[in-house]
Amino acid sequence: MEKKVNDSSSRRKFIRRFGLGLGSVAVAGSAAVAAGSSGSGSGETVMLLSADGRLVEVDRASIRIAKAETREQRKKSHMGIPSRKFVMVIDLAKCKNARKCVDACQEGHMLPRDHEWIKIQLLQDSGMTGKYWFPKPCYHCDSPLCVSVCPVGATYKRDDGIVLVDNKRCIGCKFCMTACPYSARVFNWKDPEVDLPKDHVYDPELNVPPVEGTVGKCVFCADRLRNNELPRCVKACPMGVIYFGDLNEDAVTNGAETLRFSSLMVDRFGYRYMEELGTMPSVYYLPPVNRMYPVEIGFEDLDESVSDRYKPRETKKTAKTKK
Amino acid sequence: MSRTNRETFLRDLTPEIEKTGRSWYVVFALLLLVFIAGICGLIHQVDKGHIVTGMRDNVVWGVYIVNFIFFMGLSYAGALVSGTLHLFKTSWRAPVIRLAELITVISLAIGPFFIFFCVGRLERIPYILAFPRIQSPIVWDVIAIMTDVFGAAIFLFVSFIEDFAILRDAENLQIAPWKKKMFRILSLGYTGTPKQKKILTFSRNVMAAMIIAIAIIVYSVLAWIFGVTLQPGWHSTIFGPYFVIAAVFSGVGLLIILMAIFRKIYHLEKYITLKHFVNLGIVLFVIAAFFGYFTFSDYLTKWYGSVKMDKILIDKLFTEFRTYFIFANYIGILTPIIIIAIPRLRTIRNITIAAVIALLALWVNRYIIIVPTLETPFLPIQDTRHDWLFYSPTWVEWSLTAAGVAVFGMLFMIISKLAPIVSISELEEADEKLVNEPMKTRES
Repeated sequence: MEKKVNDSSSRRKFIRRFGLGLGSVAVAGSAAVAAGSSGSGSGETVMLLSADGRLVEVDRASIRIAKAETREQRKKSHMGIPSRKFVMVIDLAKCKNARKCVDACQEGHMLPRDHEWIKIQLLQDSGMTGKYWFPKPCYHCDSPLCVSVCPVGATYKRDDGIVLVDNKRCIGCKFCMTACPYSARVFNWKDPEVDLPKDHVYDPELNVPPVEGTVGKCVFCADRLRNNELPRCVKACPMGVIYFGDLNEDAVTNGAETLRFSSLMVDRFGYRYMEELGTMPSVYYLPPVNRMYPVEIGFEDLDESVSDRYKPRETKKTAKTKK
Repeated sequence: MSRTNRETFLRDLTPEIEKTGRSWYVVFALLLLVFIAGICGLIHQVDKGHIVTGMRDNVVWGVYIVNFIFFMGLSYAGALVSGTLHLFKTSWRAPVIRLAELITVISLAIGPFFIFFCVGRLERIPYILAFPRIQSPIVWDVIAIMTDVFGAAIFLFVSFIEDFAILRDAENLQIAPWKKKMFRILSLGYTGTPKQKKILTFSRNVMAAMIIAIAIIVYSVLAWIFGVTLQPGWHSTIFGPYFVIAAVFSGVGLLIILMAIFRKIYHLEKYITLKHFVNLGIVLFVIAAFFGYFTFSDYLTKWYGSVKMDKILIDKLFTEFRTYFIFANYIGILTPIIIIAIPRLRTIRNITIAAVIALLALWVNRYIIIVPTLETPFLPIQDTRHDWLFYSPTWVEWSLTAAGVAVFGMLFMIISKLAPIVSISELEEADEKLVNEPMKTRES
């Protein structure tokens, strides 16, 4: 077994040295096994699937997680998590612009401060109606225009519903940004200059680090979903505004309570933003009725630069004189 | 008859390829400086990132894309003017057809560079060829433009062969030996035998028909880059034909301007006459009318129905962009129409001025198609930074724009020194027709 792993890794080195992009030869995925080294086993064995598809039994103490490679990670990120169809529900009645989701997202994805993969907008549907806070991640549409227009396949839709961007492929044409009707995408206008951990491997599911001249957006925290964890914004929200779940299981959770998705949609009149555009988002909203907080509470404890955003839109002239 | 004519043509048209005056070098040096400034801008942009442009997350496409569409539009001069004039055997086309074909090839060569400037990672451009996805209108565009460049270049070359042969055979031409050698190689051994003539005529007819078709495809595909998105102002079924008409408009405008310039500098008054200006002016008139009609139709339907997003966009066009809108869609369209419509105003100077205004207006028209739409996304922009709310181009973008224009001028200047800017073979053909036609009528 050990011999085999060594063999293939030396072969891989060989191929890499000669620059032949023949795809991954050896151990795909992230967990590989280096088994049976010395006698210091724990005595406890586990069953694992080897690279050639056989079930093997190894000692727990001798398992180490092999360092995955960028190419393999990128390839893996194209495969959705089997039999899942992820869905998000945002309860507008609970949101008070605490912005914890924004912070958690920026921290987790090493984003510059002015890069928001989840934005919180202050919306008002028409002059006489009430204002409400409107968290807006990427909608991971089932009919995503951004994916259709990408000339190089840098952005793709997986069978678990997630739309990802591979920033090692992205050429930065920004066509996806003009195609997205929800302005969900952001562009890295300059080098973001992030300090990466030493052994960091690029994976589109986390999409760190942001690369200058490429497009980034919310990834539904696909990396955490792989480990059966909730997305960062869901976890960070103190109000439990954001529910996340699986359409196949018909269940969504905000970490505190788990609800049946279908009955939630029926009972609370769930809707998708701008359904009429036909993009079929995977993000549903619950209308901002019977609100727990007045909308003004969202202006408390905000940076001036943030609270100024929500003031009535300036015209070009006044904005210029201000500048 | 034809022999003496050829001598006259050669005497009139070849001095420019025999010797080069000082003013040519001065102008060329100036354009070179502009070009170098553009290169500096590009280096700055590659070094610092796109942050040095005026583009931000909302207005992700700016002057670069405007220039791209604009230059691609100019290529219509060749496709439509020389293509159709050739196919319909219009008798007055001879002195201007070469200019039109050159505009096509040169603008087609420059246009795509503006896409490269707009792309965030320049070094990944080859990915479009390595990993193309046929669903993407950008890939359609790449295929269409590459076809167009080759098609237009072949059309230009085929129309040059006869001239190269004439220049090769001209004995008392005082030109450098390498130019002679170039003519010998490029004329492909053409001697004017009936068989050669037949093949050449056939190829020219085929290419003329083909580049008209390709050009229409190229510009429609270009329009669909905008049309296929859902953005207010872009999501319009009229965009394909609208862009095609706009392209012809700018192509004809540029042709008139270049006619005026070369007529004056290269002393072509004998060949390029008022008649050519009036005839192309009438083409400009008709196209301006169509263009105005399409523009009106597009904005009327948006304004009258007043869907929320369309209304916001129209309001923006009529307030913040009012000056641009008036210049692009009133002055730019009405000036050529008025000047051509009144016979008394049809002088070379007036028609040239009309063409200049039409050309500038069309650039502004492209600008107010691209920028205001991107400033009005479905979800309101909530930001405090002025440059994230409103787009204004930076010096980098202007320097590269100027560089594009400079390269256009430089390439034209170089080519005009390598071969006559007026096609000698076309002139001869037109002459022969004049001689033969009375005979034909006598026979019948």
